[in-house]
Amino acid sequence: MIGGLFIYNHKGEVLISRVYRDDIGRNAVDAFRVNVIHARQQVRSPVNNIARTSFFHVKRSNIWLAAVTKQNVNAAMVFEFLYKMCDVMAAYFGKISEENIKNNFVLIYELLDEILDFGYPQNSETGALKTFITQQGIKSQTKEEQSQITSQVTGQIGWRREGIKYRRNELFLDVLESVNLLMSPQGQVLSAHVSGRVVMKSYLSGMPECKFGMNDKIVIDKQGKGGATDEAAKSELGGSGKQSIAIDDCTFHQCVRLSKFDSERSISFIPPDGDYELMRYRTTKDIILPFRVIPLVREVGRTKLEVKVVIKSNFKPSLLAQKIEVRIPTPLNTSGVQVICMKGKAKYKASENAIVWKIKRMAGMKESQISAEIELLPTNDKKKWARPPISMNFEVPFAPSGLKVRYLKVFEPKLNYSDHDVIKWVRYIGRSGIYETRC
Amino acid sequence: MTDSKYFTTTKKGEIFELKAELNSDKKEKKKEAVKKVIASMTVGKDVSALFPDVVNCMQTDNLELKKLVYLYLMNYAKSQPDMAIMAVNTFVKDCEDPNPLIRALAVRTMGCIRVDKITEYLCEPLRKCLKDEDPYVRKTAAVCVAKLHDINAQLVEDQGFLDTLKDLISDSNPMVVANAVAALSEIAESHPNSNLLDLNPQSINKLLTALNECTEWGQIFILDCLANYTPRDDRESQSICERVTPRLSHANSAVVLSAVKVLMKFMEMLPKDLDYYSTLLKKLAPPLVTLLSAEPELQYVALRNINLIVQKRPEILKHEMKVFFVKYNDPIYVKLEKLDIMIRLASQANIAQVLAELKEYATEVDVDFVRKAVRAIGRCAIKVEQSAERCVSTLLDLIQTKVNYVVQEAIVVIKDIFRKYPNKYESVIATLCENLDSLDEPEARAAMIWIVGEYAERIDNADELLESFLEGFHDESTQVQLQLLTAIVKLFLKKPTETQELVQQVLSLATQDSDNPDLRDRGYIYWRLLSTDPVAAKEVVLAEKPLISEETDLIEPTLLEELICHIGTLASVYHKPPSAFVEGSRGVQHKRLPARTGSSGESVESPEVGSVAGGPGAEAPPAVIPSQGDLLGDLLNLDLAGPATSGPPPPPAAMQLGTMDLLGGGLDSLMGDESEPPHIPLRMEAQSPSPQPQSPQSPEYYHAQLGGDIGGSPAMGVGFGAPPAVMPASLNAPVGGGLGDLFDLGGSVGMPTGAYIPPKTVWLPAMKAKGLEISGTFARRAGVIQMELTITNKAMSVMSDFAIQFNRNSFGLAPAGPLQILTPLSPNQTIEASLPLSTVGPVMKMEPLNNLQVAVKNNIDVFYFSCQYPISMLFVEDGKMDRQVFLGTWKDIPNEHESQFQIKDCHLNSDAASNKLQGSNIFTIAKRTVEGQDMLYQSIKLTNNIWVLAELRVQAGNPTYTVSLKCRAPEVSQCVFQSLEAVLKN
Repeated sequence: MIGGLFIYNHKGEVLISRVYRDDIGRNAVDAFRVNVIHARQQVRSPVNNIARTSFFHVKRSNIWLAAVTKQNVNAAMVFEFLYKMCDVMAAYFGKISEENIKNNFVLIYELLDEILDFGYPQNSETGALKTFITQQGIKSQTKEEQSQITSQVTGQIGWRREGIKYRRNELFLDVLESVNLLMSPQGQVLSAHVSGRVVMKSYLSGMPECKFGMNDKIVIDKQGKGGATDEAAKSELGGSGKQSIAIDDCTFHQCVRLSKFDSERSISFIPPDGDYELMRYRTTKDIILPFRVIPLVREVGRTKLEVKVVIKSNFKPSLLAQKIEVRIPTPLNTSGVQVICMKGKAKYKASENAIVWKIKRMAGMKESQISAEIELLPTNDKKKWARPPISMNFEVPFAPSGLKVRYLKVFEPKLNYSDHDVIKWVRYIGRSGIYETRC
Repeated sequence: MTDSKYFTTTKKGEIFELKAELNSDKKEKKKEAVKKVIASMTVGKDVSALFPDVVNCMQTDNLELKKLVYLYLMNYAKSQPDMAIMAVNTFVKDCEDPNPLIRALAVRTMGCIRVDKITEYLCEPLRKCLKDEDPYVRKTAAVCVAKLHDINAQLVEDQGFLDTLKDLISDSNPMVVANAVAALSEIAESHPNSNLLDLNPQSINKLLTALNECTEWGQIFILDCLANYTPRDDRESQSICERVTPRLSHANSAVVLSAVKVLMKFMEMLPKDLDYYSTLLKKLAPPLVTLLSAEPELQYVALRNINLIVQKRPEILKHEMKVFFVKYNDPIYVKLEKLDIMIRLASQANIAQVLAELKEYATEVDVDFVRKAVRAIGRCAIKVEQSAERCVSTLLDLIQTKVNYVVQEAIVVIKDIFRKYPNKYESVIATLCENLDSLDEPEARAAMIWIVGEYAERIDNADELLESFLEGFHDESTQVQLQLLTAIVKLFLKKPTETQELVQQVLSLATQDSDNPDLRDRGYIYWRLLSTDPVAAKEVVLAEKPLISEETDLIEPTLLEELICHIGTLASVYHKPPSAFVEGSRGVQHKRLPARTGSSGESVESPEVGSVAGGPGAEAPPAVIPSQGDLLGDLLNLDLAGPATSGPPPPPAAMQLGTMDLLGGGLDSLMGDESEPPHIPLRMEAQSPSPQPQSPQSPEYYHAQLGGDIGGSPAMGVGFGAPPAVMPASLNAPVGGGLGDLFDLGGSVGMPTGAYIPPKTVWLPAMKAKGLEISGTFARRAGVIQMELTITNKAMSVMSDFAIQFNRNSFGLAPAGPLQILTPLSPNQTIEASLPLSTVGPVMKMEPLNNLQVAVKNNIDVFYFSCQYPISMLFVEDGKMDRQVFLGTWKDIPNEHESQFQIKDCHLNSDAASNKLQGSNIFTIAKRTVEGQDMLYQSIKLTNNIWVLAELRVQAGNPTYTVSLKCRAPEVSQCVFQSLEAVLKN
């Protein structure tokens, strides 16, 4: 298991060092600094074996977190734990920076003591941790409160405490999708996928049981056989173009009953209080690509490049895309750029080696273009310019995967509010992930 | 809060000030002071002097302060065990506290204080906490058992904690179950054979139930534990799989990977025709793909694992090629791994896409990545025949870019393509030749030279090209030199008329001007071959080469099976078994996949899988380009099966001794009368000094023999000639060493060998010497005894200031000079040192006689070890006694000083033996043959002028020798005999 955990600043100075196992000595701290942080070349693996000791590291801004072990640990778990550690710290004191870590070192030690015991990760849900690691000391706890804490930390529903009360029961559901594309210069889709998340904010009283439904193909097909509910499902979908989507794979927050999903494909859970990510999913079929980028790069002699890029929006004209940004890379030896664009603003940014073209809003089924002349300094560099792909950013108010929320039901048998009393908000946002077109 | 100020106190007298503050009456001030102490501790300052003061702060109801004090205790208790006892009372009291959080904190901290004395006080509180009413305390106590076991395993067993821990597996709280499982698994690892976990269908059922309810981490512990279970039959296996499959949708990647491990393992037991089997296969792909959208570090872990899974069950991901396409912003370690998997998944169906991608990658920035991409194109050509043409043209395009490292890499892979599809793409040679000048890496130069040699008849100016390389022959690396030698010989055999001068030039360069035994030996072999029988030479050197196989660097099947059992763990990231990087007893146990228990006993792979190109079947080991060891074996087999049989049959005596003796015997009959059966199997020497004589005159001697009057024996020619012809083609394997050994063997036949030097043994293991490892041996070189040391620094800090000293010993051995290690030894560095010894030191009789006690000092500590030197190091060069004197002495020494020994399994004849012994200064004075028995009379002189006389009786056909030793100091006889035996047998 994890033998020790160190946090360093960018200079390699130790900010936090906690050793859990006897086989990890103080010199391990230095070994990592010398061989990884101060290494002459960039380290080419997140896992390094130095003098028979294995070091796992992740970086957050300029802070290094390193887990150390001499055993054959579960490597995936170590990284998951390091990420979790970052989440917990962020939940307690915001950004992970040298200043914040130094200011909260006592807290961090306390957390490390709690969430890692002898190198075994323990309950690390911030919701639970915040009930008893407060930096205020546990003073006025009654016996009931204490046992409530422990039963929550160890319990089956470690992510939610009992006795939560709201005057207004409210639910916010965001379908956040990032659409990824790699397109050849000829407009052929090399790879495209949507990775989506269902993010919720729940302000519900008691221990409510929730059930979430979407237009998952498997479920719809199954119901189709059933007959009766099929009509209801169809009407609920409101006649959108496609009725169901094929989800390649999905993962769930630990509150979701996985065995139930596996057998019935129904998503049921008792939600944590406040913000959480209910599920992640991935689709690759029938993706709506909101934009198409058509590049045209022409080399005019050795010292000039002509670039023309057309973007076409491909969704309902009534919808508006926002925060559109097209990034056209330029060679390193660029000396000057002239840009003409019909819409939005375009600028050559020398420090980023790119022309950045920004458009605030663009409706569906429209088209816009930019053309640029790039002057180059003559070089005797033999190696050709690598031509990085043209990348794009945007935000659209629909889910490019076609996912639709069909229902989100809330049952709380003990308290007297029903599904109808809960106010529910649903929102769809599609963003660009890595959306690239080679040129 | 501004706690960061604690990090900046650096003034003098700080400790004193802190002491005062710690003893302050004000609570706030105390707390501040403890915080300062912890901050100092974190940055590595030694604040252990404050121990009593800090411990005094422990009695407090402020939990935050208490936790800080505990943190301090955990760090320093070990250095102040007596003081740590002071804390015990508080712990015991806290374990009774009404607040479960405090009870748990006490038991958790107590387990972290690794002081033996404390452990006995820990037992009672721990016992109580294991049965505590609060699950939070129980789950903490469960881990504490593992902590205690790590400190004192016996105590844990004696106190019966293991049984209590086992009971916790049935606890009502899932987190208690998970921690108990984790603790038991860890303890079980250090007792490989104990049935501690006692996994049976009932307990498995409990675990599977807990799996649905516990935290993500608990699920990982349970799944990892489940993976160690072997179901009784396929039905049980299926039912476990069914209950584990839902975990594949967990958000935590480690849960997913551990579930994949369980499924991959238990799948082995399912019958292939089962519907469930194919359903399961389908279910595995999506979660694996999803792992690739995790953070880059996890992607890396996932990719390393997918690499294994793809090798074991290629069918799972065969349609998922696209997700492994490299993204522009991927970190380099993700890029390289993706590329690896892309090549493994490449097939006829997707090759067009793959090639387009690879071509794109070859223009990227990172040099390693580009190289790998270029190499990948070559591998595609070899793997998918239909694509070969496109690959070659892509490679040619890349060569046109003239980017130096791209060109070099392309040439290396084109060589491999030629080996796979001979006589198909030779039209490109002209283009390759244009780039000759830009090649500066040995591998690329060697590849180019191989191509020129192999296709010499189609390249008009082949001789000029090769000649241009010859100018700087001595500056080339061995790889290039060997290749150049072979290429020129090939050229000569193809165009004998115009290249005679060239071949003579290279042969003399290789044989006379080179210190490299491999090169020299290869040169001689060619020389002899050419001078004896050019036709045979042609047959040998230009023999048709076997095609190379399509899959390269697959993991060897048994290792792969073991790694599959370790999915998700470090072993799967390193692609090494845990024993390779874990110290001590943990991980030594090798895991295996379960076997099918069904009655049919069919192969593990389904029939339709067999069609996947190059897919490694579980029963038939895949055709892998062999590693060095196998390669040599193959070559030898090749010799026997191929040309060797077409030659005249080797002498019958040699026949019995197998492959190697064909070589040895052949040489013997050619080069002298002695016969020495070589060792079987070949030794792969890595470090031990080779027995090849290094003295300057030996090459000439060898040369004279070779170039002399030996009647050609094709058997010998074939035996030795074939390997070099095949070698160059055998891809990138560093075969030099293997080949060298082959020739070393030849070298040791028919000429006096050097003194016997035992292989190096580890004298001082790193475990015992704070990371310093010393292995060594003794040698006698040119009359000087030398202690040859290999010193390795396995610690994490630099070592310097080495010195060495000997205790008094039987023969007065002492260092003749200081140990010459001038540069400090950085971590993981190894250096060789040679220490000349004199025999004029103080004398004391040791037991055994040849025992030597050594002290080595470095900047860290002084270390002691003892070793035994072979007494043959002490045999001096002028130990040849006059015949008459010998006779007189023999009679003179009373018979009770004669001892008799037997040497078994020695297959040398008397002459070879005598020759061998002479190398170690054991001189044969006379030889007599009585009734088919050879009697050798030998004399030995030790450094302290003790004479030992020996009579060696050798009977032809009898592998047992009898030795009689006579000496005035009979106590040395045993040692001398041991040395004699060692010399003869090595």
